[in-house]
Amino acid sequence: MIIPKASDVGLPFMNLIRMKGFSILQQLHLEERLLRTFSDNWCLINDGTNHPNIVMGISGKPEELIEIELVLQDQVPVIRRFTGGGTVVVDAGTIFVTFICNKSAICGLQPYPRPIMSWTGKLYEKVFQTYGDFHLRENDYAFGAHKFGGNAQSITKNRWIHHTSFLWDYNAKSMEYLKMPNRTPVYRLARKHDEFLCRLKDKMTSRSTFIERIISSLEDHFSLRTAQLDNTISTNDVPQSHTARLLTRQELERATRPCAVLSVQL
Amino acid sequence: MAMRLWASSTANALNLCRNNGAPTTIFPTFSIYSRRFSSVLDGFKYSSSHEWVRHEGSVATIGITDHAQGHLGEVVFVELPESGSAVSKGGSFGAVESVKATSDINSPISGEVVEVNTKLTQAPGLINSSPYGDGWMIKVRPSSPAEMEALLGPGDYAKFCEEEDDHH
Repeated sequence: MIIPKASDVGLPFMNLIRMKGFSILQQLHLEERLLRTFSDNWCLINDGTNHPNIVMGISGKPEELIEIELVLQDQVPVIRRFTGGGTVVVDAGTIFVTFICNKSAICGLQPYPRPIMSWTGKLYEKVFQTYGDFHLRENDYAFGAHKFGGNAQSITKNRWIHHTSFLWDYNAKSMEYLKMPNRTPVYRLARKHDEFLCRLKDKMTSRSTFIERIISSLEDHFSLRTAQLDNTISTNDVPQSHTARLLTRQELERATRPCAVLSVQL
Repeated sequence: MAMRLWASSTANALNLCRNNGAPTTIFPTFSIYSRRFSSVLDGFKYSSSHEWVRHEGSVATIGITDHAQGHLGEVVFVELPESGSAVSKGGSFGAVESVKATSDINSPISGEVVEVNTKLTQAPGLINSSPYGDGWMIKVRPSSPAEMEALLGPGDYAKFCEEEDDHH
């Protein structure tokens, strides 16, 4: 339980929801609803998701980003989310951290991609202090030149969301589902996934330590109050116009056929 | 004078339309945050969410401003409505993707979409290189022409941008 401190006086409120093993698709639906239909500030922390999933950004093209035949063979669900950014494989080793804020929540912060990214970088600098050479490298969280956190955002008229998938641990075999993307950060230097990424568990002592340090860093900016998921909203109540969705098998199969791709382009 | 010369060269660089052959007055605004000048054009109207409208005859053309594209970064994807769909003043009609982020685009006026800029599917970067020209997004038949009066003129919008950047 989080008990507001006297030093919280004057800080904007933020609702904190902690989950464990929650479905990533349901999490995305929940986030979109909180972004578009609520007016509070929110932090969601999901300690691992229940099944391996591939999650693409809003403009992701399966034929360019994933090894479709292998994904179909292994029956890995593929989700297109409502935020921008790249493609990730997520599973129980992934820790998800999401901030959903009103534009006025953080004094002096312009509601554009780079300022928001920079603000989160400073928040996480405190989290990872003494744990390694942490940097916001272009748009990734990295220790040195090794990425361990991928980010994505969506900005509406009055609010924004910034969510991160942290690689507490990952299965090297799962990375085989991902192609080398066309668009990569400069610091990647064409390295393959296993040379580019690192595991947060090799730097920090425990998942709970990581999560508690996030909460502590957030308390510099917000007065946190714990919210229970069931009491807040029904996760079965999907918003009318949610964008995050599971791609069908037919869509993935169609993407493997060059003729189908060409006809779409025409 | 130097500012007018700079503004003219910016207009050429941005592939701006000229109004019946007459030069278009440009109001440059300087963003301390992005450390760049952005352009605001005469003859256009603007929203506080950084979209522009140019009303010509029965059709209004809508896009995002130079200030907006500069803050968003390189646009890599655009999602636009279909022709025939309705837009509402202040409501979202689409989104752009840039630098890991999707950003809603809001319509400054209400009406019916009569044309969509299909070039943006293959060339979303037109929004960056020509925000007031080839980077236009939709054309709308306005349902309430009076809504245009409530929008910001170029001078007020330029001031709005500078104040917004100064506060951050």
